[in-house]
Amino acid sequence: MSDPDYNFAYLDEQTKRMIRRSLLKAVAIPGYQVPFGSREMPMPYGWGTGGIQLTASLIGLDDTLKVIDQGSDDTTNAVSIRKFFRRTTGVATTEKTTEATLIQTRHRIPETPLQKGQILIYQVPIPDPLSFLEPRETEARKMHALSEYGIMHTKLYEDIAHYGAILHTYDYPVMVNDRYVMRPSPIPKFDNPKMDNMHALQVFGAGREKRIYAVPPYTKVKSLDFEDHPFEVQRWENSCALCGADNTFLDEIVVDDHGERLFACADSDYCQTRQAEQGGQR
Amino acid sequence: MIEQALLKVEDLAVHYGDYVACEQINFELFPGEVLGVVGESGSGKTSLLKALSTQLTPDAGRVEYFSDIKGLLDLYELPESQRRQLTRSEWGVVHQSPRDGLRLNVSAGANIGERLMENGERNYGSIRQQAETWLENVEIDIDRIDDMPTTFSGGMQQRLQIARNLVTHPKLIFMDEPTGGLDVSVQARLLDLLKKLVSQYNLSVIIVTHDLAVARLLAHRLMVMQRGRVVETGLTDQVLDDPQHPYTQLLVSSVLQP
Repeated sequence: MSDPDYNFAYLDEQTKRMIRRSLLKAVAIPGYQVPFGSREMPMPYGWGTGGIQLTASLIGLDDTLKVIDQGSDDTTNAVSIRKFFRRTTGVATTEKTTEATLIQTRHRIPETPLQKGQILIYQVPIPDPLSFLEPRETEARKMHALSEYGIMHTKLYEDIAHYGAILHTYDYPVMVNDRYVMRPSPIPKFDNPKMDNMHALQVFGAGREKRIYAVPPYTKVKSLDFEDHPFEVQRWENSCALCGADNTFLDEIVVDDHGERLFACADSDYCQTRQAEQGGQR
Repeated sequence: MIEQALLKVEDLAVHYGDYVACEQINFELFPGEVLGVVGESGSGKTSLLKALSTQLTPDAGRVEYFSDIKGLLDLYELPESQRRQLTRSEWGVVHQSPRDGLRLNVSAGANIGERLMENGERNYGSIRQQAETWLENVEIDIDRIDDMPTTFSGGMQQRLQIARNLVTHPKLIFMDEPTGGLDVSVQARLLDLLKKLVSQYNLSVIIVTHDLAVARLLAHRLMVMQRGRVVETGLTDQVLDDPQHPYTQLLVSSVLQP
């Protein structure tokens, strides 16, 4: 049951409508940052207020919500946001990627491939890929409008010139639908290939910066690179110590005072599902 | 056969509110020609240069540019995207302060490579190689390619700015006091270099300066401006050795002789 003192999903209906209108525009122009009237939420900026406002305006009674933080369902951020929506909507929540209709995420894309009909909601700290490179906001908007993105490559050039390879490992800029350069939020670049032609809808919300953008299902998403220094994802020498997976994003965990380390899947649901399957086989 | 003018300016005017920065400017610039614009501070030189190089929209008049690729273009009738495309491929702008013309938070190599990348070059090796060539062309040690421009001396920064502009082989360069703030020996070296590059790449240049010595060394033709208007034009030697207008006479006689 939802808390009767709050409107369904906390935000009032007009606000949700306003956000949905911005969202429709964002879906219609893949990768374009749509300004929206971001509201104060009952938590600080940086805790996912953009993602939460999107979830609040998308969620319905028959939805099933999953919330992950760095791939994990049981960290503070994920637990609090899940609790927030259970209290204000009363909708079902899950930790299973396959059962969820809405997945709000901080900094990961689930390892289990997403399906048609699912929506992935990203929390975004800094939406504009041109910030820090072009200090003038007016000029940055013009550059987006005219698709002038040469400057993005100077950053990659600098990495190769100084270190011999592109060292960007997260929030790696992508070209969406051959038109807009987009920041994919601080997901590891390991997840970038999953964005390309994804079956699910991807929406991005930046609460403090008041921007929404989206990648509709089956849209081309290409990571920026050079012809002679193509885009690569990170690789590990280890496989997951818990489930044995060798194709997932691994967290390095220090397990004792002697510096012993263990590598395990960052995606807790994926890892546990695999462990359960293996347990069943034994 | 009459040669096609590269740039044709008709009745150009720039106003700041009621204040007239420059007006009734008419001239033509031909391929390979260096035009000097001289005059005292506040005479409208820089406003004129900005209006020509699309950094400022003029309040009246026309500017036509003849592009080898696209033919005759009316600059301020062009869509903004094409105008900006033009400025970063066929044109170059050298600012008085290198801080305005350089990107200070990336290395010298990236500064030179930026225009290439803006024009769609996506091969790191090729960008790197062209950056090296251009560092050499402007007499900067290739070892400095990965250094930040902030670690360069004033003269080097100015030469880097020139390299960054010339890397796409533009046809027309706008320069606003390129030797401002440099000491005389560094100035002389920069002027030498500019003279060499202008003839080597058949560049057309519009150079704004208050320094008549710079004008005499570089410019084929001179335009003297006073209070926003052109008061005298002619071949450089003619204007400087036999000034007709009282203001030009004053300007020429004000130069200190060491």
